Amino acid sequence: MFKNSPLALAFNALVIVFMLAPLVIVCLVAFTPENTLTLPTTHLSLRWFKAVFAHSDLVQSFWNSLWLALASATLATLIAVPAGLAITRYTFAGRETLNALFLSPLIIPHLVLGVALLRMFSLIGATGSFVWLALAHVVIVTPYVLRLVVAAAAGFDQSCEQAALSLGASNFTVFRRVTLPMILPGVTGGWLLAFINSFDEVTMSIFVTAPSTVTLPVRMYMYATESIDPLMAAASALMVAFTAAVMLVLDRLYGLDKILVGGK
Amino acid sequence: MSFLTLTHLSKCYGSQRVVDDLTLSVAKGEFVSLLGPSGCGKTTTLQMIAGFTEVSSGQITLDGRDITHTAPNTRGLGIVFQSYALFPHMTVSENIAFGLEMRRMPRAERHERVKATIALVHLEAHADSYPRQLSGGQRQRVALARALVIEPPVLLLDEPLSNLDAKLREEMQFELRHIQRKVGTTTLMVTHDQTEAMSISDRVVVMQAGRVTQIDAPFTLYEQPQTRFISDFVGKANVLTGHVAASGVHVNISPGDLSLAVDSIGLTPGAPALLSLRPERIWFTAQAQGLLDGQVIARFFLGSQWLYRLETVAGELMVLCPNSDAPALEEGSLTGLSWSSAALRVLP
Amino acid sequence: MSAPALLLFACMLLVPLGLTTVLSFHVFDHATGVKDGYTTAHYLAVVTDEYYHGIFWRTFWISGLTTLLCLAIGAPEAYILSRMSNPWRSICLLVVLAPLLVSVVVRAFGWSMLLGPQGVINHALQAIGLGPVRILYTETAVIIALVHVMLPFMVIPIWTSLQKLDPWVENAALSLNASPFTALRRIVLPQVVPGLLSGSLLVFGLSASAFAIPGLLGGRRLKMVATVVYDEYLHELNWPLGGAIALVLLLANLIVMLSYNRLFERRYKNAMG
Repeated sequence: MFKNSPLALAFNALVIVFMLAPLVIVCLVAFTPENTLTLPTTHLSLRWFKAVFAHSDLVQSFWNSLWLALASATLATLIAVPAGLAITRYTFAGRETLNALFLSPLIIPHLVLGVALLRMFSLIGATGSFVWLALAHVVIVTPYVLRLVVAAAAGFDQSCEQAALSLGASNFTVFRRVTLPMILPGVTGGWLLAFINSFDEVTMSIFVTAPSTVTLPVRMYMYATESIDPLMAAASALMVAFTAAVMLVLDRLYGLDKILVGGK
Repeated sequence: MSFLTLTHLSKCYGSQRVVDDLTLSVAKGEFVSLLGPSGCGKTTTLQMIAGFTEVSSGQITLDGRDITHTAPNTRGLGIVFQSYALFPHMTVSENIAFGLEMRRMPRAERHERVKATIALVHLEAHADSYPRQLSGGQRQRVALARALVIEPPVLLLDEPLSNLDAKLREEMQFELRHIQRKVGTTTLMVTHDQTEAMSISDRVVVMQAGRVTQIDAPFTLYEQPQTRFISDFVGKANVLTGHVAASGVHVNISPGDLSLAVDSIGLTPGAPALLSLRPERIWFTAQAQGLLDGQVIARFFLGSQWLYRLETVAGELMVLCPNSDAPALEEGSLTGLSWSSAALRVLP
Repeated sequence: MSAPALLLFACMLLVPLGLTTVLSFHVFDHATGVKDGYTTAHYLAVVTDEYYHGIFWRTFWISGLTTLLCLAIGAPEAYILSRMSNPWRSICLLVVLAPLLVSVVVRAFGWSMLLGPQGVINHALQAIGLGPVRILYTETAVIIALVHVMLPFMVIPIWTSLQKLDPWVENAALSLNASPFTALRRIVLPQVVPGLLSGSLLVFGLSASAFAIPGLLGGRRLKMVATVVYDEYLHELNWPLGGAIALVLLLANLIVMLSYNRLFERRYKNAMG
């Protein structure tokens, strides 16, 4: 392998700066003591963070997002694990189609999904229902879990299951004591990825949330279009911190680069 | 009295017969090997006995019970997989204890048994290690211990030594045989390595394209191969072709136009004959004083032996000589070759 | 085993899409709202009206430019990353890809602060004597932010392609007297093309349907398809029209994707195996 030329390294540095710029600026501005969006020049202040916690709408929408993400990630994992195992283990008619269907939310624009679900919700009176909103999120995040489960199941040595069977274990015991522990890193990684994607989602959510179920990103979007003050910056900085925490856990458990790029 | 019996066992995938009409009786305590090249159906046979592959037709009987269609988790067999298939998230002790847990053995008794089996395979120092911390040979022993601790009626081994390097393989061959003799478990081993099969088995079953071609003790198999394929597969062989002479105890070989004496009886004069001659049964003589002459075209030093390839009137012949005090022949030298008539086998 | 997932998806995906298709054919009257009765008026409007032409055209050229920029930046970056050694490689890869996990709202907001009239960029420009430049609420701002959000989506498939490469193939070319640049152009590049194409496809599709970025950085006058749909749904309440526009977008996406499959995948699958 060759070393990169200085030019290449400079290019890389520029890209890094480019990728981090908006995040860094948001975190910096959040500490400003001023009333407008400026960089803190005199000293750092926590007033806008306090304002965030005092803003009841924002706090409520944070809880909405949190519960929503927990629910949809868990539900998505519960349906993706058996589906993923079925797809990798057995050959049956329509397997390819099924796999494509489950992964399709990745390529269908969230905009279209939002619009379509809004229509369906209004017809069945589901607007404002947390459950239906969660189901909508499940559809969006399932592909993330499914991809990781399939990757974990594909690299799996099935002779371990055969060994367990030969030693007298029932099918369920094999799943519980052998299969599941061995794919657990993939499953947990998938759950976390699903969680963060549900938490972050805005385009579809903006169509299907009702005033009672508004999520944090949607609330922030609406706030940002109406007024721009450091409150938004503080809320954003908190979101970045929250995401960073999740990323850390993901990295410890599974290896962040493996999840994002799909395994080396 | 047969302990494990396979009767007319067959496995078909569509029109392809992977295992064709296999019949075998294994006595209690016997060590039998299924030997053959890749794709001969030996692993499929093992999978059928274990219950992981459906039997197309035929029967499998264990100690009088028909187990042809019973579920794999009720057969109670001990299996060592080619990849060892150790549970990566469990320690050595937990791996070995798993089968006993499934049998609902009380904890204390389980602990004792596991300890005894770990001692049997000399892994006391690694009882609490994880598979990833062990070497290939150690993992193999854990797999063996896990299969033996449940005291199975039959032990199935799927190419157990193929993942080990040469030196380790030799050691493990001895270990395996030693343990099997000690515990007395009926064992069926699948392998493509003929040295392995011959050195540790009581009997060897040679398979080719799904069918059984010969079942014999290793020595008999080596000395009296039934087909050209077997004589070539099991050890090296020089093969000569010709016709039975009028005398009935000689064979006229061609090319070479020589008449060689054979020990076989009941040969039909004039019938075509296939002769097998083991390289180690040939010795060197002075020129024109042996059965025929040859010129060394290549020689290979194998440590304990020399392998010569000689050009003769009968074609190219291989000769194996022990690395003894006699000087080795140079490439290009001329020499005579001789052997006893008993060494020249007529293949049926 | 996959029955629960299938049930859910059928219910939440196929049914709503079907319903929306039906809805888009409904009649809409500004005064009274959605009425019974079907019409293709909405689709005709989308296809023939100047206004919508403009929107679609703007969306597509912005998406196209974003895709090209992502290619120009993402491909070299992926290549440079692949030639780094650990630990730098992992760190840089993480920094480039991690923003994916931060909500697009936060990122768009960050860019609005950087590009605004009082923003950092303008301050820097003023410091060196250039006057304040209007970036925010122009196409430029939208493109910059889109490139930022889409870059990871371009880097990932290219990176994956590069990982599959046998590095010794490149060395073999060099041993046969090829210059590093020739080796790159004739050996590495052809093998990476599938990654380039799937990345481009992904970026184009996502950019065309982007919502939060044009919403926050485009302002009220700079509309793209997604924000128009939002207007129709939540402000005009003309759901059938909004539905029609959304479905046209979906259709356009599918067509682009299918033609990609048809043209390129087959050709490259045969070559690469």
